[in-house]
Amino acid sequence: MSGLGMDHSYQVSKQPWNWTRMSGRVLIYSALLIWAFICLFPIFWTVSTSFKTAVNVTQGDIIPFIGRFQGDWKGWRALGLSPDTIFQISTVRDEFLLRFANSLIVSIGAPVLAVLIGAPAAYGLSRFQYKFGPWKNKDISFFFLSQLLLPPVVLAMPFLVLYKELALLDSVIGLILIYTLMVLPIVIWIMRDQFDTIPIELEQAAMVDGCGVWGAFIRIVLPIALPGMVAAFILAVILCWNEYFFAALLTSTSAKTLPVMVASQTGSQGISWWTMAALATGAIAPLVVIGVFLERYIVKGLTAGAVK
Amino acid sequence: MTQSASSFLVPLVRPPMAPEARRWAGRMVVLAASVLLVAIAAAQALEASGTLALGLGTWRLSLYAYLVWAVALGVGQVMMRGEAGYKALFLLPALLFTVALVIFPTIFGLYIAFSEWNLSSFEGQKFNGLDNLRTLINDAYFWNALRNMTFYVLSVFVQYALAFGLALLLNADIRARKFFRVAFLLPFMLSPVAVSWMIGKSLMEFRFGPLAALMRHLGWDNPAFFATPWIARFSIIALDAWVWIPFMIIMLLAGLQAIPKDIQEAAKVDGASSWSTFWQITFPLMLPVSVTTIILRIIFQLKLADIVINTTSGGPGGATDTISSFIFREYRDRSNVGYGTMVAEVYLVLIIVFMTLLLNAVGRFMRREAAL
Repeated sequence: MSGLGMDHSYQVSKQPWNWTRMSGRVLIYSALLIWAFICLFPIFWTVSTSFKTAVNVTQGDIIPFIGRFQGDWKGWRALGLSPDTIFQISTVRDEFLLRFANSLIVSIGAPVLAVLIGAPAAYGLSRFQYKFGPWKNKDISFFFLSQLLLPPVVLAMPFLVLYKELALLDSVIGLILIYTLMVLPIVIWIMRDQFDTIPIELEQAAMVDGCGVWGAFIRIVLPIALPGMVAAFILAVILCWNEYFFAALLTSTSAKTLPVMVASQTGSQGISWWTMAALATGAIAPLVVIGVFLERYIVKGLTAGAVK
Repeated sequence: MTQSASSFLVPLVRPPMAPEARRWAGRMVVLAASVLLVAIAAAQALEASGTLALGLGTWRLSLYAYLVWAVALGVGQVMMRGEAGYKALFLLPALLFTVALVIFPTIFGLYIAFSEWNLSSFEGQKFNGLDNLRTLINDAYFWNALRNMTFYVLSVFVQYALAFGLALLLNADIRARKFFRVAFLLPFMLSPVAVSWMIGKSLMEFRFGPLAALMRHLGWDNPAFFATPWIARFSIIALDAWVWIPFMIIMLLAGLQAIPKDIQEAAKVDGASSWSTFWQITFPLMLPVSVTTIILRIIFQLKLADIVINTTSGGPGGATDTISSFIFREYRDRSNVGYGTMVAEVYLVLIIVFMTLLLNAVGRFMRREAAL
């Protein structure tokens, strides 16, 4: 695909340039740059605001290291994460790190579980003919996918009551279970798409050599399907890291995640912009890193099954 | 995704049937686990109703019994059905997990929906028939939220047009494509809660926000983005678009890249302008991807909540409320579990009806397009 694109660009650039073409290029690049600015400015704004002082905020300083805006650790000091407070005792930092750790555990635990049970299910649906009473593969696939339609509000209250009875309220395990449910349809969808592209002859050859179905799956198919698995996993991580609705309703103290902490701070009037910005930076930083380095996998996951 | 029977993995040699003794043992394992599960659940139900005091504590025990039963079912499948059992093992974990976590809450949700239950009052749960439904029909806030939802869903089409344009730009032969792709993707990755603060509460802030300053500069004297109903609605849409346009760009870009270049080249050679090439070739070829993208996007849009909850809490006066944010407040601020659940269940029914109609209409439309 990219090879084709390259040929195309060489061919075009050989044409003699003229005014229409030039203005066309200028238009394309300015539109692209404007949209890139729209995408990136809020991120830049948040990170830079975390280094502002009160006067920088009220005067609306934007570009750092010019004039008044020389950068200050104020926002990070309030979180106990600035250079001068990092080795001191800070309850806010403990709180922040606890929320961060919760988010981390939940947004790795749930995707791991979802891939662990979702990948075999997707493989089964791609390779075997099932029949549970009147339900065949198509119906089972639809059952899994239809979970996507379910809005969180429908499950929230029953889960609140159910978790209370099971003593899972405000626990990381409880969140992992519900997040697994949330990302499972997506994992199955992506993995099935991936398995469908793998030629069936590979497993048949393995089975002739004496592998069982599980042996062929684990030793032959999984290594080939690894990119799809990584894509599904990363997409699930993103969704779990950002999830707010269930976390807000099902956790109170010990299992609260980062988005809930951010949201509760947004609501309070007294909190300063620089602290809020530092908190928001902490909440988005891991995802910005993932986005920059693993963009390929995210795109692969999002477009699974969309283009045949 | 249609599959012919030949694309299924079938064993080359028909596996021998499991010996009778093993099949019998398998049945026993499943039976024993089922008896155990039913016994524990029944004992806990009796305890919960107050007839027996067994000291079993929370329902956790039943959860463990279910896990044991699930494992026993898997083992039993393998013992009873051999090869076919191993195949069933691929699907069983995901199936049992989803069924346990969805079926039970759905049934339980219906039970809650028909009762009066306010967590902050001492009275506890009380069955009240159709009262909640009656309240709902007369609840102006519910209808208002539903109207807003139509508006939010319609905004998807505007976002689609924008995303299509940006995808076309990304697909043009440009330098630094990787940079633009990553930059365009980033908003989608950020937590909506953080975005609510980053944009809604600081960039658009009335006093110090740079966007407000820009608007003042452009001549809008009073740039209050969340003060009047229509402006607030459009502000929420702008926020939502910022988060979700990347998703649509990626889907549409993948579709554009799958179009063979020579088709467009041929049109160019024939002397077609790029405008007519787009409408007569690119756009029709993109129709399937477009439909998938819009439908997925509508599904996600129907769940819109986080941004509204954290930026406006549905205000001013419910102008930006979505059904989800409305129910969230019903739960969170008023602890009105019974009524909130009824609204949620009604909403679920509406979603199912709407999506069925939509998918049918789209299916018919696509078939007609294909026939032409």
